[in-house]
Amino acid sequence: MSTPLTIADVERIAALARLELTEEEKHVFTKQLADILSYAEQLQAIDTTGVAATAHVNAHEAERDDDLRPCLRVDEALRNAPDGAPDAGLFRVPRVIG
Amino acid sequence: MSALVASARAIADDIAAGRVSAVDVCREALDRIARVNASLNAFNLVTDERALERAAQIDRLHAAGTALGPLAGVPIAVKDNMCVRGMRTTASSRILDAFVPPYDATVVTKLEQAGAVIVGKTNCDEFAMGSSNENSAYGPVRNPWALGRTPGGSSGGSAAAVAAYCVPLALGSDTGGSIRQPASFCGVTGLKPTYGRVSRYGLLAFASSLDQIGPITRDVGDAALALQILSGPDPMDSTAAHEAVPDFIAALDGSTPNVRIGVPRAFVSEGVDASVLGAFDASLEALRATGATLVDIDLPHAKYAIPVYYLVCTAEASSNLARYDGVKYGYRSPESGRGLKTMYSKTRDEGFGAEVKRRIMLGTYVLSAGYYDAFYLKAQQVRTLLKQDYDRAFESVDVVVMPTSPTPPFRLGEKTDDPLQMYLADIFTVSVNLVGLPGISVPCGLVESPQSAGTDRLPVGLQFVGKMFDEATILRVADAFERQTDWRSQLPPL
Repeated sequence: MSTPLTIADVERIAALARLELTEEEKHVFTKQLADILSYAEQLQAIDTTGVAATAHVNAHEAERDDDLRPCLRVDEALRNAPDGAPDAGLFRVPRVIG
Repeated sequence: MSALVASARAIADDIAAGRVSAVDVCREALDRIARVNASLNAFNLVTDERALERAAQIDRLHAAGTALGPLAGVPIAVKDNMCVRGMRTTASSRILDAFVPPYDATVVTKLEQAGAVIVGKTNCDEFAMGSSNENSAYGPVRNPWALGRTPGGSSGGSAAAVAAYCVPLALGSDTGGSIRQPASFCGVTGLKPTYGRVSRYGLLAFASSLDQIGPITRDVGDAALALQILSGPDPMDSTAAHEAVPDFIAALDGSTPNVRIGVPRAFVSEGVDASVLGAFDASLEALRATGATLVDIDLPHAKYAIPVYYLVCTAEASSNLARYDGVKYGYRSPESGRGLKTMYSKTRDEGFGAEVKRRIMLGTYVLSAGYYDAFYLKAQQVRTLLKQDYDRAFESVDVVVMPTSPTPPFRLGEKTDDPLQMYLADIFTVSVNLVGLPGISVPCGLVESPQSAGTDRLPVGLQFVGKMFDEATILRVADAFERQTDWRSQLPPL
């Protein structure tokens, strides 16, 4: 638990989060995240044996029938795309495979 | 004195009675914004033309004898993390700098149907992540009571706009205090409804088990009116509750509320500024004078609310913000020629500000293999204990009272280098979101600023927390407190 956070940890998390951090950001975040995590370690002192986890406090039934409903038109959905291809009705992205 | 110092109800009455036109009121709001926004930076966008057109439409309907909605012609502002069709919506982030929503948030539809006229989008912390409004890509908002200080966050622009009487009503969103704390810092009223009371459709999601939209107003009556309009189920938001919506305005009947109010004394005594404690204790006396009974209560896990909150909200944020990837909307890095993965990570590094990246990193870490049980699961378990604390308290009291913030508004830059210090400022607000309860902050004092030789008077807020879906009781108590004290009629020097 109390393993100090390293730059390598920060690089690993950044890769998972799809963030290409600068060297300076990596150093700053390593210290700041370590501070926050060590503060959060106080929770370990609380006995939570047998305590259920609360993910949310929503009490009601959230399901609905799987019916077709009106939705955005394709051209509206594409209007904010940085590289939209409205004629094809597609979002364009850089090449994925060499 | 500006007509906009009046409540939204009084402005709507004047328009409905023909004493003033909606266009004149709209012009006055736009003039006021033009005069003060250079100092405050409260607005990311002012929509003069659209607002004047809507106001003229209200006047035409009125002239034709059409029945008007309860907010007809009232100028309002919307926090810039809620979608208004055709109106640039940025969440104060570079990554959404040019985003123009193709649809309206449900809260926007409801307010416009009630006749409200949107005059602009208010500045906020980026994606609502912050407690000082300093995490905005468009610069910090300044506090109308003291321009060198923060208005609070993340709904700092909305609170500053209402405090500086640009508008009598603005929407905020509250994930860990983002309506109540800026309301406290700016000397206005801020209501976070019960989780699920108000639809979040069209709110740019930050932490979905915590986010809730609510009003920032100049008095409790306007908060009740706004909640009446905003509440109710929504087929577009599965978390919007089907709970019956009572008559919140009728709840404010002017009677002395015969309620039992719980004071979590042990929780409130630690780490609280002496000036805030002084205002808090004086407020308890005022509450006694309204006929309320004060009872000591214990919330033994409330002191853990900060670590629980920052583990839960960052985990949810890291997942919610995965959608900003340079594909569907918003910014894309120009250096995106090296393939898809580089495009994603360059775009996100350049598009997000430091606090958002920090929270995405923290959230990704606590959800990652090997750390999930120790951090995220543990936090969710303590969240359960916290809920049990409140359940137990509400067996003997109707309302819980505490300060909204442990300090008066702090100086800009005071906490920006130390994120943990900034997080600690949220101690009295975050637990309320974790358990889903409604909370309201009302002004309860003006204290002298220690650093300005007594020239600045700084607002302090008092927070009432109610049972699930019992906003009516906290509104009634807050209204009685407001009538007992009259802090609400104080205006900032700006």
